[in-house]
Amino acid sequence: MLLPVPLSHYLAVSAILLVMGIFGIFLNRKNVIIILMSVELILLAVNLNLVAFSAALGDLAGQILAMFVLTVAAAEAAIGLAILVIYFRNRGSIEVEDVTLMKG
Amino acid sequence: MIASLAFYIFATILLVSAGMVVTARNPVHSVLFLVLAFFNAAALFLLAGAEFLAMILVIVYVGAVAVLFLFVVMMLDINFAQLREGFQRYLPIGATVAVILLAELAIVLGGWTLAPQSAGLRAAPMDPAVSNTVQLGKILYTDYILLFQASGLVLLVAMIGAIVLTLRDRGFSRNQSVAVQLARTPANTMELLDLASGKGTKGIDFLRPKAREPEPVADTHDDHKGHH
Repeated sequence: MLLPVPLSHYLAVSAILLVMGIFGIFLNRKNVIIILMSVELILLAVNLNLVAFSAALGDLAGQILAMFVLTVAAAEAAIGLAILVIYFRNRGSIEVEDVTLMKG
Repeated sequence: MIASLAFYIFATILLVSAGMVVTARNPVHSVLFLVLAFFNAAALFLLAGAEFLAMILVIVYVGAVAVLFLFVVMMLDINFAQLREGFQRYLPIGATVAVILLAELAIVLGGWTLAPQSAGLRAAPMDPAVSNTVQLGKILYTDYILLFQASGLVLLVAMIGAIVLTLRDRGFSRNQSVAVQLARTPANTMELLDLASGKGTKGIDFLRPKAREPEPVADTHDDHKGHH
């Protein structure tokens, strides 16, 4: 047991962080940049959970998984922002409600 | 004692800055609060003994991802006031979903215990005598080598994807045209002059290069309009 506080405190912080990320997605329905940041917050909550369990159980596999989550989150941010840039270049706006080009 | 006090301080700042990320009026402030949130999450990782991940979080997230967000926010000329129109409208439903989700998570957390056999089922038990980074490296490069390489591929694909998506030919890039270069003949570019002996080149003022033929249009893009 490496944690300074009970595991449930870590889990509570991570749960609140996750809920805040989801709340941010609802709240900023129009602004894609904030939505991407909310996704980053959600992934951070996942990582916090993984690290807390890893420390509580003395199992390093959780930290390995957290590292892969970090990798994928970085790739997702890069691609998401690239899509955002070309979308803004084409449309002059980043409103999510305008994104109906692919409805067919 | 000090460690648990530090945990509560860092956790509080993390949650407050996460709240500011989603509610700040100015997206630049959102990004800066995101940086603060990442720093505090890294501190929580450190308190849990995950030193390597904490450093990775600071380097990769604060140093790269958050700065990337900052660049995009500042580069795009966006009317942010217009983007916040739906803020009040979505507040009730967002709050409802958040409260329900939080209650469900609290129920899960309240009724949860570790299984008694969980200590025997660990995939990679920690060794307190070896440092965190050394242990992670030993596991990552042996047991998880395929996943490690696959995540490298994911990053490569993301890099290529981001470049392909944002690269555009503006029509004034001066690319090398090998075919044009190879098709040149001496007659196109060189001129032999007869000079009267003893007079030098005084009679000929400046030698201008011969007028070049217009280059064949090599690119097939239709999207550049009058940049030439």
